[in-house]
Amino acid sequence: MTATTEGAAGPVGSGRPRKPWLSAEARAALVNPILLNNPIGIQVLGICSALAITTRVDKALVMSAGVIVVAVLASTAVSLIRERVPTSIRLIVQLAIIASLVIVFDQVLKATLYELSLELSVFVGLIITNCIVLGRAEGFAMSNPPGLAALDGLGNGLGYALVLVLVGAVRELLGTGKLLGFVILPLTRDGGWYAPNVLMLLAPSALFIIGLLIWALRTWKPELQEKE
Amino acid sequence: MEHFINLGLRAVFLENLALAYFLGMCSFLACSKTVATAIGLGAAVVFVQTLTVPLNNIILNALLAEGALGWLSPALADVDLSFLSFIIFIAIIAAAVQVVEMSVDRFAPALYVSLGVFLPLIAVNCVILGGSLFMQERDYTLAESVVFGFGSGLGFAIALIALAAIREKMSYSHVPAGLRGLGITFIVVGLMSMSFMVFSGIQL
Repeated sequence: MTATTEGAAGPVGSGRPRKPWLSAEARAALVNPILLNNPIGIQVLGICSALAITTRVDKALVMSAGVIVVAVLASTAVSLIRERVPTSIRLIVQLAIIASLVIVFDQVLKATLYELSLELSVFVGLIITNCIVLGRAEGFAMSNPPGLAALDGLGNGLGYALVLVLVGAVRELLGTGKLLGFVILPLTRDGGWYAPNVLMLLAPSALFIIGLLIWALRTWKPELQEKE
Repeated sequence: MEHFINLGLRAVFLENLALAYFLGMCSFLACSKTVATAIGLGAAVVFVQTLTVPLNNIILNALLAEGALGWLSPALADVDLSFLSFIIFIAIIAAAVQVVEMSVDRFAPALYVSLGVFLPLIAVNCVILGGSLFMQERDYTLAESVVFGFGSGLGFAIALIALAAIREKMSYSHVPAGLRGLGITFIVVGLMSMSFMVFSGIQL
């Protein structure tokens, strides 16, 4: 992620003037995906896990951490070897890198947060097939120097995390009256006033929430709206 | 025989990978603008799924499962390589997708252009990897995995084509500007998944 790795990057990076480590280009790679070009909200990538594991905020946080780590490392690695990989086998090479990273993350998760890893198990494996990671490796890292690719991976990971935690918070709060396990809305069955909406814990609600989120985003930024 | 029919029907309807497990949503949403594209992608998914689930089943039972390497030498009889299943499955899938990509480019260039980036992305379509992971989790035999692979691919294709048909009709309706396109599609898929939840309680 430093200037030295960018310096070794070859013809694409060498044309840029040397600057302090966040040039305008790098800042765009980092910041744009978080809101303006959000991978879930705008590019429609990485939806599956956003639907399936957002029933609780802690699950969303761990999943986001996994995607950020894998996206940053995978983009950097793919970018480093991009000029040595023949086009015809690029998919297999990228997937081998991503799958190895996911296996490592899976093993680390099992060693540190065992309970949570049991609940997430299938979906940690499915980070391999998270289109954000491969989409950025294929669409950005294959044609940009490693420093920039790492920032792009980080930006997209953060954009994904933002939506995931937001959806997770809405679903956990309305579905169980809690946030991260702490009671926010006291439930009627415990003597409070809030009757939980069980639909929020089922998968369709995630679709509705993301749909409404996109609506809000596009009302705020009309230039993102699709033509009729 | 009855067992296989049951398994196939469950994979197509009750356990629809798109609408009951929400796998493969990215291409599900992005490739459902027209019925023609949806049929193309659906056919590709059915083909790749029917190919890769049994293939991964063979690899899993012959090389990765605990004790599977025992035929090489008795010393390897208690080696369990199943933690490698992620990377092996995805390698098989990526190879199969690349073969499909090359043959579509050669024999149906128009389809190749309209599928765009989503053909290579089939390799990271959760339906394909998810199908193989379910196969591992449920310990299917080779014959069962053929039926499951075909059935789950077909279920995904049916859901995809149904959504594309709804979206084609929807082009005549007045959708609020901000919801147009992606937003309303999410709402429609939410409603479709609610209606597919009806299947989840049925025992065949």
